[in-house]
Amino acid sequence: MEINKKILMPSKETRQERFGRTLSFISISAIVVLVALILYFIISKGISTFTDNHVNLWDFISRQDWSPSTIGKDGKPEVGALPMIVTSFSVTFLSALLATPFAIAAGIYMTVIGPKKSRGFLQTVIELLVGIPSVVYGFIGLTIIVPIVRTLFGGTGFGILSATLVLFVMVLPTITSLTVDSLNAVPKHLSEASLALGATRWQTIYKVILRSATPGILTAIIFGMARAFGEALAVQMVIGNAILMPKNLITPSSTLTSQLTTGIGNTVMGTLGNNALWSLALVLLLMSLFFNILVKLIGKRGKF
Amino acid sequence: MTSILKTENVHLYYGEKEALHGFDIEFEQNEITALIGPSGCGKSTFLRCLNRMNDLRNNTTVTGSFKIGDRDIYAPTTDMTELRKEIGMVFQQPNPFPFSVYDNVAYGLRIAGVKDKKVLDEVVEKSLKQAAVWDEVKDDLNKNALSFSGGQQQRICIARVLAVKPKIILMDEPTSALDPISSAKIEDTLLELKKDFTIIIVTHNMQQASRIADKTAFMLNGDLIEYNKTSKMFLNPDKQQTSDYLNGEFG
Repeated sequence: MEINKKILMPSKETRQERFGRTLSFISISAIVVLVALILYFIISKGISTFTDNHVNLWDFISRQDWSPSTIGKDGKPEVGALPMIVTSFSVTFLSALLATPFAIAAGIYMTVIGPKKSRGFLQTVIELLVGIPSVVYGFIGLTIIVPIVRTLFGGTGFGILSATLVLFVMVLPTITSLTVDSLNAVPKHLSEASLALGATRWQTIYKVILRSATPGILTAIIFGMARAFGEALAVQMVIGNAILMPKNLITPSSTLTSQLTTGIGNTVMGTLGNNALWSLALVLLLMSLFFNILVKLIGKRGKF
Repeated sequence: MTSILKTENVHLYYGEKEALHGFDIEFEQNEITALIGPSGCGKSTFLRCLNRMNDLRNNTTVTGSFKIGDRDIYAPTTDMTELRKEIGMVFQQPNPFPFSVYDNVAYGLRIAGVKDKKVLDEVVEKSLKQAAVWDEVKDDLNKNALSFSGGQQQRICIARVLAVKPKIILMDEPTSALDPISSAKIEDTLLELKKDFTIIIVTHNMQQASRIADKTAFMLNGDLIEYNKTSKMFLNPDKQQTSDYLNGEFG
């Protein structure tokens, strides 16, 4: 009887495992529900511009006048988001373009060329760059980069160029540290094979290590772009916040994120002005989804 | 028989610790020489001295004389890239680059500056044929080399070395990661290759040494115990230690 009971009752270990499993299941469900709610909220709010206020989707992404509270000459509210979309993409691509060569060079130094001692030091420097709050970057941009741009190129100094330079510093550590990871993941025996075939160190870096790490480096660049695309505060401080189609790199303009932070406090919930901002948020959400899918696709191709 | 590679009084130190204790060994042209011995006896370490791969490790000091023909391998004037084109190496783990088969085999020529597509095509085909893997990969030359089996990968790696036309090929346990059938194919390949190349092979497998090697060197704890014709060594070794090792008394 005693033995029967012992065998049939769950043991202490079993109960512990059940408890742990329940706990992690609850946590993961909470996260999934949270994400689903956020998605639902942004999407339902974002599309209300088109469903409730009957704004044409094509007008939203192709027109250049943004002033949701006024009615335009044609009798429709002015909600053309094109200038912000263009500016967002411009600062994203330009900053990634600028940061990538630096990141690759730094990554190669940290993994292949540099002495072991300096690697730890550089790692710390990069982690420090990641940890600086974006408002600090924006402040530095405002007090140093904007005046320099103004002196060199004229204008007000606010605009895509200043935003690109600030974002360059912000995405550099992201791209660098992920590039370092992907360079480290290239098996050592590949470079040995290359050297044993009579390749120089430079040939080995260029033709084997970089080529093998390409999928990882692309992933790093996309993560950097995702960060640049989503950065709001620092960009807002240096871009000028004029909702105009950017004519060149030094005229004030506005990104999706900077318009969101500028406008959200000045609109009333439920009005077109507010809904239009939610639509901007929806564009941001879709873009980050797109970046994520891109990373997944590249990751699948780049397995050793 | 002509000697092609001659080493004298080889010492190697990892920091303070001496790993090779000074021995002489001479390799004959167009022969297969096997280096055998228990794990950690220094056979791979010695092999990596011959194409200066040990230079890549920090803290390693090599002394002694290493001569290929009458040239000193460790002379300050030695061009390392030229040396490694002359003395190729096949590693224990098949390590093809994650590129196509073609790009793998053409790699050595491309880094040497060969761009002519016709020359590359010819050499790739010839090398893959010599490595006895052509029939298995000829329709998939643009496929990633990593998608082939371990044995095929290793023969692609052999072809990659052959494409640079080395005089000597060093092999560091090339079949230890492979199944018996793949190993047998590689052994057959090596017997074919010795007509054109000199092969020095480190192996854990004594039967493999007895099957393919003309001469065998038995190493123990960083010393060369015995170096003899394979037939003589396996039937009637000079040293008691050799006999004990071959009979499985230790190791």
